[in-house]
Amino acid sequence: MRGRNLALGAAGLAGFLALGEVVPRLGLVKEAYFPPTSSIAAAFADEVADGAFWTALGDTLTGWALGLAIASCAGIVVGVVISVVPYLREATASTIEFLRPIPSVALIPLAVLLYGTELRSVLLLVVYASFWQVLVQTLYGVQDVDPVADETARSYGLGTWARVRHVLWPSALPYVMTGVRLAAAVALILAITAELVIGAPGLGARIAVAQTSQAVPEMYALVVVTGLLGLLINVGARTVERRALAWHQSVRGEVAV
Amino acid sequence: MLEVRGLKKVYEGSGRRVEAVRDLTFTVDAGELVCLVGPSGCGKTTLLKCMGGLMTPTSGEVLLEGRAVDGPPPGMAFVFQEYGRSLFPWMRVAQNVELPLKQKDLSKARRQELVADALRSVGLADAADAYPWQLSGGMQQRVAIARALAYEPRVLLMDEPFAAVDAQTRADLEDLVRGLWRERGITILFVTHDIDEAVYLGERVIVLSASPTVVREQLKVDLPDDRDQLHTRVAPRFAELRTHVYEQIQAAKRGAPHLVRTDTPPPH
Amino acid sequence: MRRVLLRLLFVFALPTLLFVSWWLASDNSTDVFWPPLRTILKTFPEVWTGERLKDDVLPSMLRLTGGYALAAVAGVALGTVIGSYRRVRAVCEPVLEFLRAVPPPVLVPVIMLFAGIGDTMKVAVIASGCVWPILLNTVEGVRAVDPVMTETARSYGIKGPSRITHLVLRSASPQIFAGLRQALSIGIILMVISEMFAASNGIGFTVVQFQRSFAIPGMWTGILVLGLLGFLLSVVFHLVERRALAWYHGLRAAARRSP
Repeated sequence: MRGRNLALGAAGLAGFLALGEVVPRLGLVKEAYFPPTSSIAAAFADEVADGAFWTALGDTLTGWALGLAIASCAGIVVGVVISVVPYLREATASTIEFLRPIPSVALIPLAVLLYGTELRSVLLLVVYASFWQVLVQTLYGVQDVDPVADETARSYGLGTWARVRHVLWPSALPYVMTGVRLAAAVALILAITAELVIGAPGLGARIAVAQTSQAVPEMYALVVVTGLLGLLINVGARTVERRALAWHQSVRGEVAV
Repeated sequence: MLEVRGLKKVYEGSGRRVEAVRDLTFTVDAGELVCLVGPSGCGKTTLLKCMGGLMTPTSGEVLLEGRAVDGPPPGMAFVFQEYGRSLFPWMRVAQNVELPLKQKDLSKARRQELVADALRSVGLADAADAYPWQLSGGMQQRVAIARALAYEPRVLLMDEPFAAVDAQTRADLEDLVRGLWRERGITILFVTHDIDEAVYLGERVIVLSASPTVVREQLKVDLPDDRDQLHTRVAPRFAELRTHVYEQIQAAKRGAPHLVRTDTPPPH
Repeated sequence: MRRVLLRLLFVFALPTLLFVSWWLASDNSTDVFWPPLRTILKTFPEVWTGERLKDDVLPSMLRLTGGYALAAVAGVALGTVIGSYRRVRAVCEPVLEFLRAVPPPVLVPVIMLFAGIGDTMKVAVIASGCVWPILLNTVEGVRAVDPVMTETARSYGIKGPSRITHLVLRSASPQIFAGLRQALSIGIILMVISEMFAASNGIGFTVVQFQRSFAIPGMWTGILVLGLLGFLLSVVFHLVERRALAWYHGLRAAARRSP
């Protein structure tokens, strides 16, 4: 069953690539706008051979990873503090609901003025966008803590820190992982956006250069690279999440027995 | 009216072959209320789905009024065990009952009349505007029954409909089904794993063997037509019939080879 | 009464506090990039006049609406087809996973090749970025229709268009709305970016113009407008979702009460 699904998926992918080759070759769309798969592949090979490409990839990944790390730490810490301190959650709810939907791209002009094309521009956008994902999931997670477990911990005289560590954190962890996974995808989008629009060095800036110099196959090759990067991040985050949760459940199992 | 001939169902998948139903033959006459009982896991649901046209048998056939069933026939209505998942939660009670009628060529006035009448019959005239999930389990199953009634079927198939409700609600629903049967003259095939329920409800009880399933015994229930929870269930004849069916089921579970095929009730 | 007051206090205390601290902290600011809040608010009505609303905000909103609506229709329609057939799903899955993973902003230069820099380009960019979350969530939702409900529909002869509207789409609607919500934030991002890239009007265009001409208070008002827009759209979405999925929230609440 699984084997057949894999085969069907591979067939679908092959069909997609073949379509990309045939449609421009037949002149259904202009080759100048939509180069055939083979010439995108050739451009991709050229990119891979070019040192500047790897520098750009490194820049993008740096912005992504740093931004995601900062946003995750901040989101988790703020989320736990808001949940633990009495009344803080009620007091911050309206502010969070107001700030969260503000599109991070609104900050682009400010980032340009303050930091120009530096890494900090990228970080400002990435952190703002991914912070909310982690924070909101952390808040959901803490809300989901079993009140009986928490009261049990209280009745045994566990202090705030011990309760956070042994009751709140393990229960909230699955949600936090989901938040980080969502944030990882959003962080990549914003990192590429910042490079593309502001011109901070990275894959996005390389796409913008390819576009202005009419290097169409190179541009498509770079778009494919960003897609593969996104795919890798999605799959990787899902794998990490599954691993972490498996560990989490086994630990809970031991405690329960 | 309803005829099952040599029905056989084999599930095949991922290299395994499971024979759920081996060879079933029986008939249900028009206007009869027949209960099917058998040990759990004996393919009762498979049988009912084949009869309702929801599943194609491996061999054999199901005839409704002489015509072979090869898809859900219009004259047949189905009541599922999982009432919570069989009613659409995004529709109010009345809409749930009305939806199947929209497939039929009926005027709006006629549809509303049928819906109101069906809801009144099951005692839920007041709940028409509620959502199913606002009702208790027993009430939800009443809605499912009302939906079946409004469809005006000649045959009603019920798949362990009361298995998931509490004992008191169950007694009420049993009386409801018997009442509706006597009032409307519908042919009902009622599948259950509860022996008391089968004997209390049915005019006839068909006892199935363990899987792979065959008919083990057919038994006429010679209790009076007027039955009630209080008196019928303590009648000596009820106890005899129940004991008899119980023994048959126990024997079926052990896989006892001795098959009794008879239409005569056990001696008094 | 006391509880109402307490609630009001909780809702407004922190926003007021933040507003006042911004006001005080920036009041004597001479930093060109951080003008006093007083100046920003004074500039606001001067910048966002009726004329500007008509010439910049309205076109932006129309592009967003057009692209989003296109994506919603295409995503739900395609998702229903793909979700209904196991084979089709197996064939499409890897390609869809890849297309979803492409960061939507890189679509801007690609679509500019085909559609130039006009409104068509912007609508196309927004539509092609928003369609993936809607499509993939619809596939998931359609795939997960309860088998008992499917059999109920079959046994009562509910088929064809009636089956799609009364069973499949309604049953998938919680997932479809989750996709629509993700698509909304992507749509706003793409609206702003496509206008920053190449446009002669629109909110994104205006904000970048202010920044390039160092009209800093004007730029700040633009950021506020974008923030307000994001907030308002999310409120509207929330209201629509609450209405359309009232049954779902009720069902879940009922399930929580009696597990």
